[in-house]
Amino acid sequence: MARESNDTQKQTKVLDDTPDWTFELLAQYQKEIARVAEHYRLDTYTNQIEVITAEQMMDAYASVGMPIGYNHWTFGKKFIQTEQTYKRGQMGLAYEIVINSNPCISYLMEENTMPMQALVMAHACYGHNSFFKGNYLFKSWTDASSIIDYLLFSKNYITKCEQKYGIDEVEAILDACHALMNHGVDRYKRPQKISLDDELKRQEERAEYLQSQVNALWRTLPESKKKEDAKAPSFPAEPQENILYFIEKNAPLLKPWQREIVRIVRKISQYFYPQKQTQVMNEGWACFWHYTILNHLYDDGLVSDKFMLEFLHNHTNVVAQPEYNSKFFSGINPYALGFNMFMDIRRICENPTKEDKEYFPEIAGSNWLDTVHFAMENFKDESFVSQYLSPKLIRDFKLFHIHDEAKNNYVEIGAIHNEPGYQKIRHQLASQYNLSNLEVNIQIIDANINGDRALTLRYIPHNGIELADSKTEVLKHLHYLWQFDVKIVQEQVNGEDEIIAQCPEKNQKAKDD
Amino acid sequence: MTNFIDRRLNSKNKSTVNRQRFLRRYKNQIKKSVADAINKRGVTDIESGESIVIPKKDMSEPIFHQGSGGTRDKVHPGNDQFTQGDRINKPPNQQRQGSGPGNASDNGEGEDDFTFSISKEEYLNLLFEDLELPNLEKKQLDKLIEYKTVRSGFCAEGVPTNIDIVKSLQGSIARRIAMTSSKRKQLKALQEQLNTLYQDKHDHIQAERELKEKIIALKEKIAKVPFIDTFDLRFRNYAKQAVPTAKAVMFCLMDVSGSMDQATKEMAKRFYILLYLFLSRTYKNIDVVYIRHHTQAKEVDEHEFFYSQETGGTIASSALELMDKIITERYSDNQWNIYGAQASDGDNWADDSPHCQELLTEKILPKTRYFSYIEITQRAHQTLWQHYQKITQTHANFAIRHIKEIADIYPVFRELFKKNTQNAA
Repeated sequence: MARESNDTQKQTKVLDDTPDWTFELLAQYQKEIARVAEHYRLDTYTNQIEVITAEQMMDAYASVGMPIGYNHWTFGKKFIQTEQTYKRGQMGLAYEIVINSNPCISYLMEENTMPMQALVMAHACYGHNSFFKGNYLFKSWTDASSIIDYLLFSKNYITKCEQKYGIDEVEAILDACHALMNHGVDRYKRPQKISLDDELKRQEERAEYLQSQVNALWRTLPESKKKEDAKAPSFPAEPQENILYFIEKNAPLLKPWQREIVRIVRKISQYFYPQKQTQVMNEGWACFWHYTILNHLYDDGLVSDKFMLEFLHNHTNVVAQPEYNSKFFSGINPYALGFNMFMDIRRICENPTKEDKEYFPEIAGSNWLDTVHFAMENFKDESFVSQYLSPKLIRDFKLFHIHDEAKNNYVEIGAIHNEPGYQKIRHQLASQYNLSNLEVNIQIIDANINGDRALTLRYIPHNGIELADSKTEVLKHLHYLWQFDVKIVQEQVNGEDEIIAQCPEKNQKAKDD
Repeated sequence: MTNFIDRRLNSKNKSTVNRQRFLRRYKNQIKKSVADAINKRGVTDIESGESIVIPKKDMSEPIFHQGSGGTRDKVHPGNDQFTQGDRINKPPNQQRQGSGPGNASDNGEGEDDFTFSISKEEYLNLLFEDLELPNLEKKQLDKLIEYKTVRSGFCAEGVPTNIDIVKSLQGSIARRIAMTSSKRKQLKALQEQLNTLYQDKHDHIQAERELKEKIIALKEKIAKVPFIDTFDLRFRNYAKQAVPTAKAVMFCLMDVSGSMDQATKEMAKRFYILLYLFLSRTYKNIDVVYIRHHTQAKEVDEHEFFYSQETGGTIASSALELMDKIITERYSDNQWNIYGAQASDGDNWADDSPHCQELLTEKILPKTRYFSYIEITQRAHQTLWQHYQKITQTHANFAIRHIKEIADIYPVFRELFKKNTQNAA
């Protein structure tokens, strides 16, 4: 990083680089970082930077990044686990946690040194923050301005339910909902934004209306069954992948407050949905910006060499990618991949090679700032990798592809980092981040409202991978919500459906119609 | 736009409720773990908390995820030796650990158990949930046998050392203000008259002189009001308040005759541990007296109590006599809460049993808060049990229970000390 010719009109003083931070120093750094961030057109929510202790960081960990969470034992379990591993020294705590809200809340740990606090501010308060505000998934799936209100609403609501109906009742319904939390999103329908005002206003009437709707659904049952058994249309008309939504709207015996809790879990799951799909991009973007911003400060002569050495030491640790045979290897490090991809995009824009011009004709030589902003705003991990992973990066990471078929007693190297392998590796790595390949595809296909109200789900395997054994346990939770028979079917090789799990368990053939 | 907020002083125990919820949910498993743990402790080792082990599969949160089989494609970094088309044999075991997504979930069998620590208080609470100290309500007054002096306001009489200066001077000021107020009013009026006379153009020598004399007389009167009076004095008042004594002594009586084997003693030990832990929740200082007996009784230390070998016949009354003697010598019964626990296999010299009954009813039971007898035997009850049974009918602070095997101990203990709600009513 050659020091650029200094703007001589702005011969600024080097900021204090002592390890101990103070609030004045934080503010000074923050001001400079903000100035640079604006220079690079980072559009952010207002920052709310909270300094917390290590214990409070553990609390924040346990509540999976929700600043306000309803009470449930699973958070207690997470807390105990975190505390345990932290105390044994098996795990360090994160330097920061940042919350997708408006104002954007970032937690800085008290123990961090001043250079670390600067790194964290650049990373979280400008990197992540601008990602939350700019990325299309976050824009369409979350409403940062209302999430805190909504979390508060849900916490209070659940506390009220606990007082009214008992902790056990509420816990049971939350357990059941948590089991199905990953199935609470309509992937192809955009959700409506949740705002607290609407939520409060609509909640009461919704409760009553829903109950009446459900009753109506079942009311005409006996007569229609006698008259026209065959003609009854199947319900739901189309397979439903949003199981929690289906339960909320259609489960026959749930009480209104239980429906509301299902809804709360569903809404929170929806809030986290974009984060699952943009881990590489989000972390990559944040790392790219803390690196760029702090180097810019260095080039401006604002931070010292000492500061930079500490910063680079930490930065290098964060974006390190251990190789597959290293003892530190645990898959691809999203920080490393994301950071290097954004750096690579900048390189392609500024210094394209012949290969880059061939692979990326539309961005090679373009304005790098425009290009990274465009990439951040319009992609998720899967499409980001498939769009921007360059042959150079594949070579740098020495990526190789392993193809594993259950029927073979060997695995095969499908592609390596050479000319014929680039496309394949890019394709495979992209699909590795495709949520629909990672999460199981289970849909509700029938609720048999004119019969025994049995709920049927279909599992559609991806690449022939079976549903794991936990299915019976999850089904018990679903049964708790639906309260009539529940089963999962899967199409066999011969084209017939076979029941792979059901609750309550019974002899398969005995009661089948 | 950026705001800094210092949250370091906020409470750090945001997760406390959730932690409680977790303990609540896994109470049964935790209780089992706690019950297992007491076997490994010494009788008086209660300072430490306990680490709790829960099988991981009991507390997994199931979700739908991908299982085994099928085709998997994975991209890894750091190729150092492979070229396209290479085949690598899978490890012989069919477990395809780490080969696909979904394995990261915590549903796998055979993983480590979940271990965590609970504090001493949590440990004891779990161990003794739903239990109460016997006869605590009935004998509430008995327990109030120590007094401490506490401040209780002020009074008008007392010894000079207890004078409260601030209060007394406050009284003095109040009294002086009250006693002089009418005179000061007069004085003020006279002074105003005098001023008007001064300002008058004419001389009023006579009138002025009179006024001045009156003023002087009034000032003297005001000055004569004493600075402090016995009436002002306030003394700090002290009252005696009864406090429950925090001292208890626990007598462990055990038959160590030839018929008691080591396993039986171990069972008795657990019972004593439980009793000690239980008492330690209520009392700050607990003495433990170990008395072992065969044909004669002897006071010993803990190690000898449990582990030294003896042979010979059994005379249980010897231990009771010794206990009574020790109580009289060392634990005068209005200072100490006395608890007794006797363990035996039921063997006793037949002629001695009536004597035991007599000793208990006449001497020991009136002094003790609770006396429990456990009989650890597989055989039929003998004379001691029969005589003791008679006592239970007349004395509420005496209880006997029969233990057959280790598993009985905890339930029996709970039964002995369970909250007796109908009695309280």
